[in-house]
Amino acid sequence: MDWISLILIPAIKSLILVIVLLTGFAYATWFERKLIGRFQQRIGPNRAWTFGLGHPIADALKMIFKEEIVPSYVDKILFVMAPGLAIVPALLIFAVVPVGPNITLFGREIPLVVADVNIGLLWVLAVAGVGVYGIILGGWASNNKYSLLGALRTSAQMLSYELPMGVLLIAILLTTALGTADGAGTLSLVQIVNMELPWYIRIWILLAFPLYFITMLAETSRKPFDFPETENELVAGFQTEYGSIKFALFYMTEYLHILGASGVAVSVFFGGWRGPFVEQAPILGVFYFAAKLIAMVFLFIWVSASVPRPRYDQLLRFCWTFLFPVSLVYLAITAAIVILL
Amino acid sequence: MFLFVVFALIALAAAVGVITSRKPVYSALFLLLNFATLAALYIMVEAQFLAAVQIIVYAGAVIVLFLFVVMLIGGGELDDIGGRNKKFLARLTWPRGIALVLGLGLLVAVGYGLLSGQLMTATNDAAAFGQGSVQAIAAVLYTDYALPFELASILLLVGMIGAVALAQPPKKD
Repeated sequence: MDWISLILIPAIKSLILVIVLLTGFAYATWFERKLIGRFQQRIGPNRAWTFGLGHPIADALKMIFKEEIVPSYVDKILFVMAPGLAIVPALLIFAVVPVGPNITLFGREIPLVVADVNIGLLWVLAVAGVGVYGIILGGWASNNKYSLLGALRTSAQMLSYELPMGVLLIAILLTTALGTADGAGTLSLVQIVNMELPWYIRIWILLAFPLYFITMLAETSRKPFDFPETENELVAGFQTEYGSIKFALFYMTEYLHILGASGVAVSVFFGGWRGPFVEQAPILGVFYFAAKLIAMVFLFIWVSASVPRPRYDQLLRFCWTFLFPVSLVYLAITAAIVILL
Repeated sequence: MFLFVVFALIALAAAVGVITSRKPVYSALFLLLNFATLAALYIMVEAQFLAAVQIIVYAGAVIVLFLFVVMLIGGGELDDIGGRNKKFLARLTWPRGIALVLGLGLLVAVGYGLLSGQLMTATNDAAAFGQGSVQAIAAVLYTDYALPFELASILLLVGMIGAVALAQPPKKD
């Protein structure tokens, strides 16, 4: 009885999560190629099956069966290890994101989250921080100056943008003090989604979303901030020397980061799985969550199709002289609001 | 207990790896592994917050900076660290001598503390550490220990201002 809820259910939930994430990754690439095609007035992939739905599967097969090349001048251990180090944290982020309310299955109450830990958001920050290693080590182990430059850019970019991101999250965590019964606030994403906040606080939180979204773009190294791989300056940055399935792992990491960051943002800013009629039919929550997640991914792709890439020094200057001070001011105002209310 | 032994052994092996690796990048990575196992040990005594902070600060920032520096100044293999071919005494230059004395001093102090039981005052009962939740730590940190906490943050602020001041280009008169 006990081992079922302790080991079996979390194991099944993790397995389902990983499968859904990997399928989600495959169709996120399809979604992006289709959308970018439409944005550029093309049709996009349409060869394999209806609407080109078979393209991700074809791509996966192609990647797996390509020849594995490890160049002779690389640091072999780290070169092989780096893609794995990159993808594991990307998969782990989703563990604390609730995808729906508690549902009852076989007479058992099952929360739709893999791990509701009390450190919640800190887990996200910790895992995201570790995620940078795959890229840095991949770039360094490649023993190629373009790869190394890409890797160094990544570490500077991610360390810089972690600051405004962390400060904005602290500000939002402060508002959770208004939603918990004892006024102590919470870090758990499950409780953050469940919480009832006054409407003006919700609007105040939403005001931070544009800033947070910019830090998300930078943390996931998405266009227009894809400096780790800037193809017109660095060939392909940290992944220049990678091919076949190892390249595919890096590629997966990028999309999993988008999915993970979107999941966290949906939970923090847009009420996660909540929507009309969820009380009556809890399973609806999963669909609301999926719809919000897809909308967020759409936003990512929309931005990447519309905004040109800035210069690297502009990126860092923007972070340190605009984003960081503004998020500090936002934090101070939020703190004042929370104290006064 | 079994998990503790596993993690402790990994941590020890990683620590040995840090000082025996000939490539600085590998040293930094072993240090990362060491920090990660420490975080796992924190989780085992229910100190989740401490574990998260350990990962965010050490794994997420400090080691990244180490790697950054190693890569910028060239992270190749150290050739012939301190002259491996020479005799032991010939390799004992004065910085190494100081390091050796300080290291032995630390080892003696920690060993004495462990053997005399002074480092073991807290029982290794999980309930004794059960106050590791974010709320519990925050409550203590911002009430009983507010002054040391603020002093520590001022110390960091001084360090930051110092770094900015040093990075300023010298004024030309």
